Amino acid sequence: MSTLVIAEHDNSGLKPATLNAVTAAQALGADIDILVAGAGCAAVGEEAAKIAGIGKVLVADNAVYEHQLAENVSLLIAEVAAGYDNVVAPATTNGKNIMPRVAALLDVAQVSDVIAVESADTFKRPIYAGNVIATVQSSDARKVITVRTTAFDAAAAEGGSASVEAVSAVHDAGLSSFVGEEVAVSDRPELTAAPVVISGGRGMQNGDNFKLLEGIADKLGAAIGASRAAVDAGFVPNDMQVGQTGKIVAPDLYIAVGISGAIQHLAGMKDSKVIVAINKDEDAPIFQVADYGLVADLFDALPQLESAL
Amino acid sequence: MKVLVAVKRVVDYNVKVRAKGDGSDVDLNNVKMAINPFCEIAVEEAVRLKEAGVATEVIAVSVGEKPCQEQIRTALALGADRGIHVETEGRIEPLVIAKLLKGVVEKEQPQLVILGKQSIDGDNNQTGQMLGALTNMPQGTFASEIKVEGDKLNVVREVDGGLQTISLSLPAIVTTDLRLNEPRYASLPNIMKAKKKQLDVFSPADLGVEVTHHIAQLRVEPPAERQAGIKVEDVAQLVDKLKNEAKVIS
Repeated sequence: MSTLVIAEHDNSGLKPATLNAVTAAQALGADIDILVAGAGCAAVGEEAAKIAGIGKVLVADNAVYEHQLAENVSLLIAEVAAGYDNVVAPATTNGKNIMPRVAALLDVAQVSDVIAVESADTFKRPIYAGNVIATVQSSDARKVITVRTTAFDAAAAEGGSASVEAVSAVHDAGLSSFVGEEVAVSDRPELTAAPVVISGGRGMQNGDNFKLLEGIADKLGAAIGASRAAVDAGFVPNDMQVGQTGKIVAPDLYIAVGISGAIQHLAGMKDSKVIVAINKDEDAPIFQVADYGLVADLFDALPQLESAL
Repeated sequence: MKVLVAVKRVVDYNVKVRAKGDGSDVDLNNVKMAINPFCEIAVEEAVRLKEAGVATEVIAVSVGEKPCQEQIRTALALGADRGIHVETEGRIEPLVIAKLLKGVVEKEQPQLVILGKQSIDGDNNQTGQMLGALTNMPQGTFASEIKVEGDKLNVVREVDGGLQTISLSLPAIVTTDLRLNEPRYASLPNIMKAKKKQLDVFSPADLGVEVTHHIAQLRVEPPAERQAGIKVEDVAQLVDKLKNEAKVIS
């Protein structure tokens, strides 16, 4: 039995999501190799080789893989996957984009967003916006799996000494090209990796008021998130959305401000270690999951909180 | 250009779905059904392309049991020109749905296929990408903006770090994210008109597809409950608790 883990990276460094995917892969009980597909990504291969418990790291370093275009990378993964029983990727936007294409090329189903590995063929995953957890069993000989990174601890990034091998296969489907990207520039930690997250909801009333969260975020080293209601209302961009249709986070401390607590939002943050809710509606469902609830007008509470920290 | 748009019948997004007591499945007795919200965005985008003179015809397709014709009629009321129903029985997996949609794509030869990024029941987020692989079409998933430019399609995608723009050759596949558009409401005259629009029904056999099962659902259960904590009096008490009880801030 063998498992191939698809590395998440930006061509210069490995993303932490890879380490969570490795832990999920370990639960499958098979030998683990890692595939790094990218361009100028040799350093990522070296970094992946240090992860504890990895057999070998395969590096496909070619311009056609630079921007992770699904059409090209899926052809590569499907070819490399021929030698493996399982293919595992983190359920990031990248993994969600590429892996179903891989599954279809292999003519197998994909098990999406796995939160627990029960056995080599049986998994738990949330459905209906996290209202229900389904236990599913795959009958495919080769399994394609994406894993929810917050549900698995990170594997040790150091301690391994895997061999690194180059993969020479070049797949250019010739169907798509990269035009550009707008990456949110921020000194704050990334939402999915931050130890503290402070999120605003519809109660923030407008985008300008999100500034009230910034001072607190700076003092706590926190990332700033938002509920879907705040995104739908146009207060903030969608890449800040925490929830079943946005990002899934599990920080040490999650502060929900002016968020009622729709199940959609709870699905994205309820695995946080400590949850604080600030809301003027004492019946808001968010208080049912909060460790510490403060019934208050956020426009009074936020400035007080900032000065108290 | 011809646009194919896929719609799925799902539980209305306002319904709080629960697992049955015996864990055999979710309880969907007498719950309100609706078009999947992401599919509604897909229909809206296709109709806007037609209104802009880019699309010549919009075809709404749904795979499922007989009642999903209601959701095809909804798409027709929103402005799609005609409907296709691929009639299936029971639970059907994204891979098979993608194969059935491939059959429809081969029949209709659309230049653009728009789907929702995921359905709010299974939350799989697979069908569009799988259809891309099976038809060898490029994909613009999680789209927040699309623009046809000559024989190319520019797609702005919602990705983890922000936004990414890619260029796809046509024919292409797009899956919708929340901010692509705000769907309109169907007017009563349009709902009436939709009843008369053409709706063709095919079986999987008509499309040369065998319905297979790769995933068995063994049981369902409610998620682990989180215990509600305490209410604090004021900000000072909150900060004290976080420092000295939870020890998450210093």
